[in-house]
Amino acid sequence: MPLPIAPILGIFADNLRKRDSVLPLSKKTAMGWANGLNLPRGGKTVIYTGHVYQMIPAIDAMASQMALLENSFLTRFFGIGRLMNKFVSLSFFMGLTASSEKMRHSNQVLRDIVGLLRDAGVEFGYLYEEELYAGALVYDDGMDETFGHHARRVAERLKKLGVRRLLTVDPHTTKMFRQAYPHFVKDFDIEVQSYLEVLAQAHPKAMKPVNGEVVVHDSCVYARYENVCDQPRELLRAAGLSVREPELSGKSTHCCGGPLESLFPAEAHRISGIRVDQLEAKGKNVVTMCPFCWVNLNKAAGDRLVINDIATTLASCRRQASSCS
Amino acid sequence: MIKVSSNLAARVKDTEGFNAGACFHCGTCTALCPLGYEMLPRKLFREVMLGLEEKVRARIPQIFSCLLCRMCEKNCPSEVHIADNIRTLRCLINRQEFGLK
Repeated sequence: MPLPIAPILGIFADNLRKRDSVLPLSKKTAMGWANGLNLPRGGKTVIYTGHVYQMIPAIDAMASQMALLENSFLTRFFGIGRLMNKFVSLSFFMGLTASSEKMRHSNQVLRDIVGLLRDAGVEFGYLYEEELYAGALVYDDGMDETFGHHARRVAERLKKLGVRRLLTVDPHTTKMFRQAYPHFVKDFDIEVQSYLEVLAQAHPKAMKPVNGEVVVHDSCVYARYENVCDQPRELLRAAGLSVREPELSGKSTHCCGGPLESLFPAEAHRISGIRVDQLEAKGKNVVTMCPFCWVNLNKAAGDRLVINDIATTLASCRRQASSCS
Repeated sequence: MIKVSSNLAARVKDTEGFNAGACFHCGTCTALCPLGYEMLPRKLFREVMLGLEEKVRARIPQIFSCLLCRMCEKNCPSEVHIADNIRTLRCLINRQEFGLK
């Protein structure tokens, strides 16, 4: 039997209503990445992770468990699972099997983003425990009443804290704040920019070309919802890298299959396999700009590709350049 | 026998932004869909507009497997808001079939 849609969506909605996130994280998991960075608390401009990078290891672990359950007789017990989840967060426990290596990776990406923004002279704070998940999964799956309620809570909190500008780090949170919140939250007027847009606006000084080329995998959300296509390329070129385009790129990018992980894992794997073939035809070193793309393509590629988040790549180029000068 | 429900078509038409009426069935969306489903989204929208509720119900797995990647939408010559339309259908199904809001 395929995975049952209703109870899985129900668990996401229940979690968002009761626990502020589709996949509740411990404080340590949500904020651990910022340890030692001395980010000021709050402020008018804040970096907003929306917990997405931090969720990736748990999402990956859950997707693997879901893939095992798909087409098994156990799917008929998801209804009972949803009932139990109302009292005990099952998804939290499922997330405990998350890979610590992937957690370190997610944390390092966020730390690299902070480093890149600081190098570009951008000043910002962080909301620490006040930061909440933005609600993308519940919005995309069409549970608007639950999403609207959550969005208004998030917006109210941002207003109370005096936040006027959000620097987002992933495409899905960017899309939520720029496209969904204005429809659900009256007078939502907080400026929202992806860190990639902010870095590109700062016109980074071109570094000496390094011996390397990367194949760019665009995120569907950045490319076709948020018009963020040129900025990653400008940044990679300024970092001295040569940029290669796969068969489908920019506004015509091919999905990584990520949106299907929770309900249709086998189909997600098929789609990511198609994309891996397209990327591999252009080179071995791939750059992603969305944590879902990173985890899905990595899973499908195995050892065939070296896939790095764009923040990791840009930070590594900067480190190389500063060690040479 | 095919049952037609005027309620479904009316509910969808009431939804702000559901603009599938502009679709002229050219098939660009079908050709570009990374999932490779033969039906999404042009046939689905036609079934919705005609109120073929049973047929739409049978499409629920496909409706929830849409990637919302907008590959079809960006290339649609009629500028149909395909991804938003799919999300609208998800909202209706969640409320009507799954009891989720």
